[in-house]
Amino acid sequence: MDELRKKARALLEAGEVRVVIGYGGGTGDRARAIFVREPERADELIFDGRCRQNLAIYLTRREVKELGKPAIVATLPALKTVLQLAGEFQIAEGGLVVLAPGADGSLIEFKTFADIEKYLAGAASPIDPAEQAEMDRVRAMSPDERWKYWLGQISRCIKCYACRQACPMCYCPRCTVECNQPQWIPVPSHELGNLEWNVMRAMHLAGRCVDCGDCSRACPVGIPLYLLNRVLIGDIESNFHQRAGMKAEVDYALSTFHPDDRENFIR
Amino acid sequence: MPEFEPRIVAFVCNWCTYAGADLTGTSRIKYSPNVEVIRFPCTGRIDFMLLLKAFAEGADGIIISGCHPNDCHYTSGNFHARRRWILFRGLLDFMGIDVERVQFSWVSAAEGAKWADVVNTTVEAVRKLGPYENFRKIDRAGAV
Repeated sequence: MDELRKKARALLEAGEVRVVIGYGGGTGDRARAIFVREPERADELIFDGRCRQNLAIYLTRREVKELGKPAIVATLPALKTVLQLAGEFQIAEGGLVVLAPGADGSLIEFKTFADIEKYLAGAASPIDPAEQAEMDRVRAMSPDERWKYWLGQISRCIKCYACRQACPMCYCPRCTVECNQPQWIPVPSHELGNLEWNVMRAMHLAGRCVDCGDCSRACPVGIPLYLLNRVLIGDIESNFHQRAGMKAEVDYALSTFHPDDRENFIR
Repeated sequence: MPEFEPRIVAFVCNWCTYAGADLTGTSRIKYSPNVEVIRFPCTGRIDFMLLLKAFAEGADGIIISGCHPNDCHYTSGNFHARRRWILFRGLLDFMGIDVERVQFSWVSAAEGAKWADVVNTTVEAVRKLGPYENFRKIDRAGAV
């Protein structure tokens, strides 16, 4: 933590960055995103197990971009997000400083996207055992049970779109749900519209989702959105051998193809 | 009780399957009248949401058909579509949506007989599955 604060202070003092996007103390025992613009406020930065939000979401937000060049405190999913955003031409090399604090108080400063690629190639991305158990449970269900399971889940959706707001890859200034000619997604939160929205959200993130899990954590009714994301991530990996957030270049599964892509259902 | 007549919606590309379906007709090949054909410029244009909309509007089955790989009028639209369907089909299956009701096929402009066969087999398969009650029963209170 001291390393992080020292580095943040130095960056701000040298004018190398205008804002440090990091974690600070929030309400109660929570950590929340803070935007440090003055060197003397660098001591407000914290980093511990509570710091889970993917801060890379702020890199594409107009209000944050207007502050000037940022430094970002990045967790593992945030590092992937940085590469994915770079691959989608949303951020540029040299346009930000990436700081990755370790649990032991160490700090890695990534100078280039290539360094992040190298780091991620050797880093494991553990999956929460409880979440994996839920995935196995749903996969083992019959199609009818799966339908009932998901109908039960999406009938609780209140269409608040918090999943979209929390998602660092949902940066379209005008989302399809705001289009009403045609109205792809009905406004009221009935089951049909909720189903359509959740399918659309998952599909629009197919090949782009870095599996940070912020959508699931943002959901006020606790819909396990990570399941939908992971099904697509798994299918992309097994069919197309691609994974989002591993390269800072265009590597989007659905914008490319291979003439030898295999399936077993087209006659 | 009258026998259940499945309602099948076919999303087809303009250059191959639509022309193929035309050939079916000009060849005087008789096939099931349960299909409603919707013409698209390319399979690459067929948004996955259209499938959900078709089910929501009462389709019991869906056919998606276009040019064979390497035959796309736009060179690669069907290759992109194929990737999309691989992922979308997996997602639908995971959500318990009946993927047996969705038939994908490549039908060229010269395959009038194949088109008749694709439609007939799909209609019979869906007839066995029955009406898509799951989607009909889904709550849409407040829908316009």
